[in-house]
Amino acid sequence: MSLAEKLVEISIGSKLELIDVVTLSSDHLCKLAGFDEEEQYRVNLSVRESLANAIEHGNKFADHKMVLIVLRLNDEVFSVTIRDFGEGFDPNQVPNPLDPQNLLNPDGRGILYMRSFMDEVTLIRHAEGGMQVTLVKNRSITVT
Amino acid sequence: MQLQINERQIGNIVILDLIGKITIGDGSNQLRDAVNNLLEMGQCEIILNFAEAGYIDSSGIGELISRHTTTKNRGGHLKLLALPKKIRDLLAVTKILGVFETFEDEMQAVTSFGILGEVPRVH
Repeated sequence: MSLAEKLVEISIGSKLELIDVVTLSSDHLCKLAGFDEEEQYRVNLSVRESLANAIEHGNKFADHKMVLIVLRLNDEVFSVTIRDFGEGFDPNQVPNPLDPQNLLNPDGRGILYMRSFMDEVTLIRHAEGGMQVTLVKNRSITVT
Repeated sequence: MQLQINERQIGNIVILDLIGKITIGDGSNQLRDAVNNLLEMGQCEIILNFAEAGYIDSSGIGELISRHTTTKNRGGHLKLLALPKKIRDLLAVTKILGVFETFEDEMQAVTSFGILGEVPRVH
């Protein structure tokens, strides 16, 4: 870990009202990263979408399942890794919300928003179960 | 700030002023319930005013689509007023902005229903 790196680890239960606990930390690191208001909003929304997916679709609101979050800020990037303990899914099988037949589907836009707003989005099945999503936003200034 | 919804009526048109966040959980549920309650009472001409609602997530967007569909199926209309840029952008990214009638001016939104003749008038 670089001397300039800032690392935060958070573990939350599978409750939607705990999403703000994470986004508060994420917002703070975005400010340290020097992101402007628009970039902060985009990261905030992406983190919120990923957490909501982990709680609702991953852990299915199970009380005994946690969501693990790692926020990392270094000279190059701000990244957020979010892991659930659900059954996992194949991201390639998620219906494309932009297909005409899906446009009026009320669900399925979260991943598209993440991919639209972040520089990198990686979704993988964790080796020990569940999904792990990594959101990356590039930065160009030095950590203060 | 959690969502607060204030209701106003102009003739047969109901305006819901949305104040706060429309996000997964309480915010989306409140929006769903507010529109469904109006439909149950036969109020099918609805304007959602976003002037003080600056944040929405995909759950809130989904709720907008669901309520739009439900209102349309009841023979009514759900129109959007004073959309902030951030919300407009989210609708545009997912190519559903064109699904909704949107207005910047409240009076234009109201008159777009073309039913002001039904508004009780003082003689």
